[in-house]
Amino acid sequence: MSNAAAAAATSPSADAAKSPLARLGAAFVGRLVIIIPYLWLLFFFLIPFIIVFKISLSQTAIAMPPYTPVLDFSGGISGFFDQLKQLSIDNYTWLTEDALYFNAYVTSVIIAAISTVLTLLVGYPIAYGMSRAPATIRPTLLMLVILPFWTSFLIRVYAWIGILKPEGLLNQLLLATGVISQPLIILNTYTAIFIGIVYSYLPFMVLPLYSSLEKMDYSLIEAAKDLGCPPTSAFWKITFPLSLPGVIAGCLLVFIPAVGEFVIPDLLGGSQTLMIGKTLWNEFFANRDWPVSSAVAVILLLLLIVPIMLFQQAQARAQEQGK
Amino acid sequence: MNATWSRFNITSIVLGFAFLYLPIVLLIVFSFNESKLVTVWGGFSTKWYVSLFHNQGLMDAAWVTARVGVISATVATVLGTLAALTLTRYTRFRGRVLFSGMVFAPLVMPEVITGLSLLLLFVAVGLDRGFLTVTLAHITLTMCFVAVVVQSRLVSFDRSLEEAAMDLGATPVKTFFQITLPVIMPAIVSGWMLAFTLSLDDLVIASFTSGPGATTLPMKIYSQVRLGVTPEINAACTILIAVVAVGVIIASLANKRREVQRQLDEQAAQRG
Repeated sequence: MSNAAAAAATSPSADAAKSPLARLGAAFVGRLVIIIPYLWLLFFFLIPFIIVFKISLSQTAIAMPPYTPVLDFSGGISGFFDQLKQLSIDNYTWLTEDALYFNAYVTSVIIAAISTVLTLLVGYPIAYGMSRAPATIRPTLLMLVILPFWTSFLIRVYAWIGILKPEGLLNQLLLATGVISQPLIILNTYTAIFIGIVYSYLPFMVLPLYSSLEKMDYSLIEAAKDLGCPPTSAFWKITFPLSLPGVIAGCLLVFIPAVGEFVIPDLLGGSQTLMIGKTLWNEFFANRDWPVSSAVAVILLLLLIVPIMLFQQAQARAQEQGK
Repeated sequence: MNATWSRFNITSIVLGFAFLYLPIVLLIVFSFNESKLVTVWGGFSTKWYVSLFHNQGLMDAAWVTARVGVISATVATVLGTLAALTLTRYTRFRGRVLFSGMVFAPLVMPEVITGLSLLLLFVAVGLDRGFLTVTLAHITLTMCFVAVVVQSRLVSFDRSLEEAAMDLGATPVKTFFQITLPVIMPAIVSGWMLAFTLSLDDLVIASFTSGPGATTLPMKIYSQVRLGVTPEINAACTILIAVVAVGVIIASLANKRREVQRQLDEQAAQRG
């Protein structure tokens, strides 16, 4: 008790006035707050990646699971080293020898990059218009951007099939108005993938753009105008640089998942288009080749590690500013 | 506040929202189509809804999806809230960088990678693929979204309220349940809803981690879509959209009422 009393005498805060046991209990609860989600993510997020890496180095086998296990610790230390010799980079060699995989990676990155730029071009005017809307209707506009985000991704992609197919609604409209005389072939082309990605990821672009544009002080633009700066150069010299954090966050939120996108190229791109997410899916579900699909995943992850780290830094910075 | 809402701004908003909503509206309209052709209007009919309810496979999948959604969203909300507290309250502990990395990375990680890696984990630990594995996978994915939503509320939280409670002798645990939790409740509720809809929505991760007997609705819809677009799928999608829309509207109304109540309380407190 004297301990607690002494502590209470030196610091009059309520924390110190409690018994040591209660403080120990509080500290334990505090630890739990960290430990529970930490362990969950370690086990279900980090360790699976290690397993993917491990299996990408093992041999394909016709069995269930369809690979020869490596790194089985039951054989003790010597067994462990024997198994280490069995590790092979055959799957990676295979990936470099077959041009299909290389093309799929390159195409995916290019498609994702083009779609990101297109999404930015479509999203920027929307976010800008929203940020300059009367303050009373801004929450409603924000709600309207978020709502599609709540409706199923699969459904929104599916909706485009009926619009884009040769006898679909878009062609019906264009034929009826006499804009075209032959139906356009859009479905099952890369154009359809672009439309699908821009459409599905638009809210991810608009929201960060809006939040950085909304914070902007528009008296800066007025000052520029008063000093004789034309609106376009005021935009490029003031508005755009100030919205850059939103641009970066939005672009990363679109680009990273788009590289590995499966649903959009599969449903809208047809069999003629090539993207790595689809390749991985087919390798796994059609060819049942787990080691090769693991190797595909590892390389995809390596490709994306820099953008992902940039995204995390942007998140951390936004959080610091929020405080 | 600047009030020049130019014609350009209005046009871009109207076009943008038309682009966002037109496909969904068309999908809903054609679910009431009499004709079997999805893109040719043959008169109003609700027959696809009737046939939907007689499609046992689809109904079973819906039931699986609802259970996975509720369970995973609930667990994910608890874990995500803890993660958000960790991120905002404990700025210094060993492995914090790794922790925040593990919270933010799943938000952008391509689903094929997450799905494959979780599946390989379940195989490695000898867990049979099925209801449990899909639920675990969805918890892992959605807890990170919950963490971000709750964290954004915690960042703007006035901590002097907690300090006041502790000065008055409340234990940290009591302070959390009596002060912190009620304040961040709206964020927790929207976190739960986000987790639920993400789980309802997921095709890729569920396809990897699910097994026989645990086919979810998106998996069922996907396998039918691959065979061709049918009005029945439009009807199923319309019902899903309606469920989510009603949920979002109820939540926002509840939020608004809580807000009004809070303002009334504050006024009363100032008067009295």
